[in-house]
Amino acid sequence: MLDTGHMLLTLASDAPAGAAPWWVMLIPALPMVGVVLCTLFAIMGVKSKLPAFATVGCLGLACVLAFAMLLGSDDAPGVVKAWQWFDISWGEGHGQTFSAIFGFYIDRLTILWMLFVTGLATLIGLYASEYMSHDQGQGYCRFFMAFNLFVFSMSCLVMGANMLMLYLGWEGVGLCSYLLIGYFYKKPSAVAAGKKAFIVNRIGDLGLALGVYLTFVHFGTIEYAELFASDQLQGYLTDAAHGHFEHIPAAAQMIPLLLMVGAFGKSAQLPLYVWLPDAMEGPTPVSALIHAATMVTAGVYLVARAYPLFQVSEYALPAVAWIGALTAFLAATIGMAQFDIKRIMAYSTVSQLGYMFAGLGVMTSIGAAAHVFTHAFFKALLFLCCGAVMHGFAGQLDLRKLSGVAKMKGWGIVGITMLIGCLNLVGFPVITSGYWSKDMILAEAFVRPSTGLVGWLLLITAGLTAYYTFRVFFRVFVGPVEYHPGEELHAHDDHAAGHGHSHDHGHAGYDHSHSPEPAHDSAHDEAHGHFHPHAPGWAINTVLVILAALTFVAIPLVALNHGGWVGEMVHGSTAHYEAAHAGGGSHGSVWLVGLDPHQVMYYISAVVGLAGIAVAWALHYRGRREAAHAPAAEAFKRVAGPLQRWAEHKWYVDELYDFLFRNPLWVLSQVFRYIDMLLVDGLVNTAGWLPSALGGRLRRGQHGLLQGYAGSMAGGLALFVVVVLLLVSRSA
Amino acid sequence: MLELAQSAFPQPMAGVTLAHYLVLSGAMFTLGLVGFITRRNLIIMFLCTELMFQAAGLALIAFSRYHLNLDGQTFVIFVLTVAAAEAAMALALVVLLFRRRESLSSEEWADLKG
Repeated sequence: MLDTGHMLLTLASDAPAGAAPWWVMLIPALPMVGVVLCTLFAIMGVKSKLPAFATVGCLGLACVLAFAMLLGSDDAPGVVKAWQWFDISWGEGHGQTFSAIFGFYIDRLTILWMLFVTGLATLIGLYASEYMSHDQGQGYCRFFMAFNLFVFSMSCLVMGANMLMLYLGWEGVGLCSYLLIGYFYKKPSAVAAGKKAFIVNRIGDLGLALGVYLTFVHFGTIEYAELFASDQLQGYLTDAAHGHFEHIPAAAQMIPLLLMVGAFGKSAQLPLYVWLPDAMEGPTPVSALIHAATMVTAGVYLVARAYPLFQVSEYALPAVAWIGALTAFLAATIGMAQFDIKRIMAYSTVSQLGYMFAGLGVMTSIGAAAHVFTHAFFKALLFLCCGAVMHGFAGQLDLRKLSGVAKMKGWGIVGITMLIGCLNLVGFPVITSGYWSKDMILAEAFVRPSTGLVGWLLLITAGLTAYYTFRVFFRVFVGPVEYHPGEELHAHDDHAAGHGHSHDHGHAGYDHSHSPEPAHDSAHDEAHGHFHPHAPGWAINTVLVILAALTFVAIPLVALNHGGWVGEMVHGSTAHYEAAHAGGGSHGSVWLVGLDPHQVMYYISAVVGLAGIAVAWALHYRGRREAAHAPAAEAFKRVAGPLQRWAEHKWYVDELYDFLFRNPLWVLSQVFRYIDMLLVDGLVNTAGWLPSALGGRLRRGQHGLLQGYAGSMAGGLALFVVVVLLLVSRSA
Repeated sequence: MLELAQSAFPQPMAGVTLAHYLVLSGAMFTLGLVGFITRRNLIIMFLCTELMFQAAGLALIAFSRYHLNLDGQTFVIFVLTVAAAEAAMALALVVLLFRRRESLSSEEWADLKG
């Protein structure tokens, strides 16, 4: 309890947030400059790689500033205000003034996130300069415009000084995600995937909006600096630390549950994870940056940032842990049975995000942040490797149609970096950063007694992860050399000259063999002799090597001394959590196979990971003579029976959602459509039809014959006279 | 004065009463109206309107004499003046209309029918 008090004191003393230097505002401003530049390039009709290099320049500068922010940081959080955004008052009392600044809250958590967001955005921008080169022109500008806008929104989300800034960024990244998933807007599946992502995210966003609203209603402020320093919240935290949850109002306990819904939507957790695998329809750099490394970690960031709020609820963090673990497990089982390598990576992202949430839920915010950090590098690396394969083999992503890629000429770097990425994802002992960050979560999951099976679920998932990751590696990158090019998805953008200039840059070898026809018509049927895989160029290789190197650089940053550097970064932020460590003396009593989980987990997870790799080797490498057919795997498939089939169909979750939500909504919409058509339109049309019919009758009176008019005049006059006479004689 | 005016009528007309004038006026008006409605020739229609004018003027004069009040006769002078001007204009219009269609039929002019 003494330590609890100490923690509260530390938080309170940090409270009067200092001033951050003004130039941190340049970090979101630079990507905005990029947006403007790319828009101008699009208007000017630039056809070169200029937008890409402008983007890389802006984002690189932002990354340098993020490093400067790291060097200049001290323990206390700082706030820098650009302008007063909202200032509305409807009374004098508490909670009757709503004010929010457009400004930035800089603490170590912010810096940690901004470092890898800007760094990865720069690298992936460079990669995309080559990857998107087939679309040079307006499409290229459009891509980099949205790319910059994404980094701007992400900066607002992470650096924002209040929940409204966070919400602004939250919606902004959702918009950019939608725009970039639907980049190939002439492809119906890409359009559908974009809509799905946007709509599913709206459900989560509703939760977030309500959470922000309730925070304001309950605490009277949404500024982080004021909120986390408020006596009210500190009081709740003291109650929570003593286990007196009944003293905390229900409204305050509702806030984290609502914020959680938002986090689960953006970070693709159960039950809202379904959009992320479909989001792979977007260009691969987008998948790497937005849908693997940065945007999808926004939910983790939200929970970490609002960690004090989550601690005041008795059920919020256990719920986060359970949802995370279940998502990790479910996504891993689906990933095991997919054939599209990008989708496998997407499911592994969902699964790893589950780990991060489980880490937050079992109160190792350091482990979660460390896993976000390492995952950002190795998952971006994995996606970019898959993208290089897709780019080189005319869009081929089916692991049954590719084999032995690493042995081909010019593909060595991709093969090696892919291996490094896979080892990181698996958590290969000691030499990979993924091992260290995952272990922190696994160990803590076993330490937390309240969360029961979460640890076991995560451990099993670690084994499954190793299997499906190396299934990809053994099928696609090693083994006998064989390849079947895909149907090239070079959906040329809105410039009609697309096919014409695709010859100029010598990007796709097969273009030259049969130039008059658009390549994708016949590439599929071509014999191997005519198709030349297009090995990655300098930009892609450089980025892959840098990212692979960064996964190693990250090892000391997360491994040493309980979380290492990342631990320190989290320690000085709102995500810091120590009370339970010191206060709950119970964890010493939790043992795993007779040892302290913190120690023994290093060995257990290593064994589980290696076992997964061994199974993948046995099923997919040993005895495989061709790309499509692995005898051992086929045999295993027969044993697994329906389980395998269900997993391949993603446990029919999409179908279930169709049945539960989409179809009823569709039926309801049809009902309303007919009500609108028959009832509402009917009334409106009747109102129009009546005067028109009346007019149709009356217009016959306007026949245009002078004599007719004269006759009716005379008749009318006569009638009038007769009536008057009758009245006069009656009254007389 | 009244005596003088009444004695101005020559004796053979002594049996003619106001009613006779009004019947004549009504008959003229009816003839004009029927002519206006039944005929298509613009000039005849115009003549019919003149006939109706004069019928109204006759009734005014008859009443004026009957009441021994000169207002009615004064009014008729004005009506005749206006009718003269109107006749000049109407005939000019008829000429113009005829030039447009080479016909005097009023049925030629029905462009504004509904």
